[in-house]
Amino acid sequence: MKKTINKTSLNGFINYGMVIAAYAVIQLLIGGKLISNSLQSLLVPACCYIVMTVSLNLTVGILGELSLGHAGFMSLGAFSGIVSSILLQDVIPSPLLRLAAAMVIGALAGALGGLVVGVPVLRLQGDYLAIVTLAFGQIIKNIIMVLYVGVDEKGLHMAVKADSFYLSDTGTVIIKGPMGAVGVTKLASFTAGFLLIMVTLLVVQNLVNSRAGRAIMALRDNRIAAESVGINVTKYKLMAFVISAALAGSAGALFGLNYSSTVASKFDFNASILVLVFVVLGGLGSIRGSIIAAALLYVLPELLRGFDIAEYRMLIYAIILILVMLITNNPAIQNFINAKFKKKRKGAVK
Amino acid sequence: MSEQNKNSYPKPKLVPVPSTNIIPERDVDKRPILECRHLGIDFGGLTAVDDFNMAIGRTEIAGLIGPNGAGKTTVFNLLTKVYQPTRGTVMVDGRDTAGKTTIQLNHMGVARTFQNIRLFGNLTVEENVKVGLHEHTRYNALSGILRLPSYWKREREAHEKALELLSIFDMQDMANYQAGSLPYGAQRRLEIVRALATRPSLLLLDEPAAGMNPSETAELMNNIRKIRDTFQIAIMLIEHDMNLVMGVCEGICVLNFGRIIAKGTPDDIQSNPAVIEAYLGKQKEA
Repeated sequence: MKKTINKTSLNGFINYGMVIAAYAVIQLLIGGKLISNSLQSLLVPACCYIVMTVSLNLTVGILGELSLGHAGFMSLGAFSGIVSSILLQDVIPSPLLRLAAAMVIGALAGALGGLVVGVPVLRLQGDYLAIVTLAFGQIIKNIIMVLYVGVDEKGLHMAVKADSFYLSDTGTVIIKGPMGAVGVTKLASFTAGFLLIMVTLLVVQNLVNSRAGRAIMALRDNRIAAESVGINVTKYKLMAFVISAALAGSAGALFGLNYSSTVASKFDFNASILVLVFVVLGGLGSIRGSIIAAALLYVLPELLRGFDIAEYRMLIYAIILILVMLITNNPAIQNFINAKFKKKRKGAVK
Repeated sequence: MSEQNKNSYPKPKLVPVPSTNIIPERDVDKRPILECRHLGIDFGGLTAVDDFNMAIGRTEIAGLIGPNGAGKTTVFNLLTKVYQPTRGTVMVDGRDTAGKTTIQLNHMGVARTFQNIRLFGNLTVEENVKVGLHEHTRYNALSGILRLPSYWKREREAHEKALELLSIFDMQDMANYQAGSLPYGAQRRLEIVRALATRPSLLLLDEPAAGMNPSETAELMNNIRKIRDTFQIAIMLIEHDMNLVMGVCEGICVLNFGRIIAKGTPDDIQSNPAVIEAYLGKQKEA
């Protein structure tokens, strides 16, 4: 029997509503054939990047630790999702269920990666995490670049060199070293992406508004004070980091299953930075900002392609980034927005 | 020299309170909540605190005073294991705290506030208190994410408990304000509430009246007594405001250059020549 609905849970419901409304509108537009094919092909990756951004916001905005290797977890999820979707082909005939299973396996792979990186590193403070996650992203990329994975009637085969990689004649190659994963059945759909966003929102928002989330934000705000009230710093840092990595893993699985071939260099340092840019522009700690920033900024370069100015599109993209950065950091504009939209702002006590 | 040898104290056991400590009548027959023996810490070559002996009764309000740089906050940091002591032992409720972490010390019943306020500035007042209630809001992260019944039940309990604790300082109306935006005095009070939320048996207050005006300080004095009476806990405070210290403390310990120079009741301390010298300097001989 809750008497009043508090502001944070209201914010959460607005986010769900926003995503559902966007999904409904886009489905209508698809039904009415009002969306170009090139834009339609961007829907699933855009969903993936929204999930990536929200999950990175959990690490950067809510936990307050800088991670520069988020695409590494996406990569783990993508390739484990692709491999498992092919392995499960006979076990789970339904493509939808197979996609779901691949996404769960992707999430587990991401979580495992997060645990491996997090356990030693989260005990340190400051920039060490940024450096190690940066290195982690590169290591994952380089490992997958030399990895050969295939399956035949004897089971799964793995090698790190092409000449030591043998399959029987009936076997299928899944990952082919520098050429990446090939011959993938496209299982991803826009609806799956939408559901993944909803699950991500549920996990992140409910976590933030629970006991564990308060502990995570408390140690972001003041680690020494958090320790003094008995918060287990390492445990909650690790929890946030692993959840963030797991969500990135499942986004990766969806991403990987959206293309017939995927190369590891797609998940390089630039991809990590791109997601970080979305997080920063959307606002640290703001889930809604992350969703909007990721959706707009991911689609924007493709939208610009449609105009005559196609050759200048990356230039315009950069200018827009700079403008957003300037506007969101300008005190005069912030005051204006606050005065307009946030009249009943909390915390304005004298 | 035999005094020095006591630094290598044998394994601490439950021993009667040393007679050098003044413990209020009502607490004498109980085990002291805090007992420090020959506590000391060196930073490099500098001895910040040395041979610190003290015992606090279960419901005592004790004061730790001394000139700036005497090592008062260092003593608090030793008690809460922000620093590990170089020498000596700290016993909380008869249990040795050697090798324990700050987190474990809190679970053993020691809570503190900070000289430079350390609130969770981006969280609301209520959330700050709920973080203090963390160990007593028992449900796991998964039931929080899935919003299982245990989440709603425990969260409601935490909400009620937080408001109840805030009402000690009449702050329940501020529950939804952002902690970082509170006025200075309210932030200090919120720190005390947050520390109390962890259900301590010993509360360490580091300059609770700093930045408060005289009427706020008088109110704080009453509240310190009220907290002791309601929760039946021991309170140890560092303070420069002598009205507050002399008004509220039952036992006072004076520290100078890391060493205890006097211990006693407020009346003893006020007339102690060593204390006067530490604060005002030596009187010139005529």
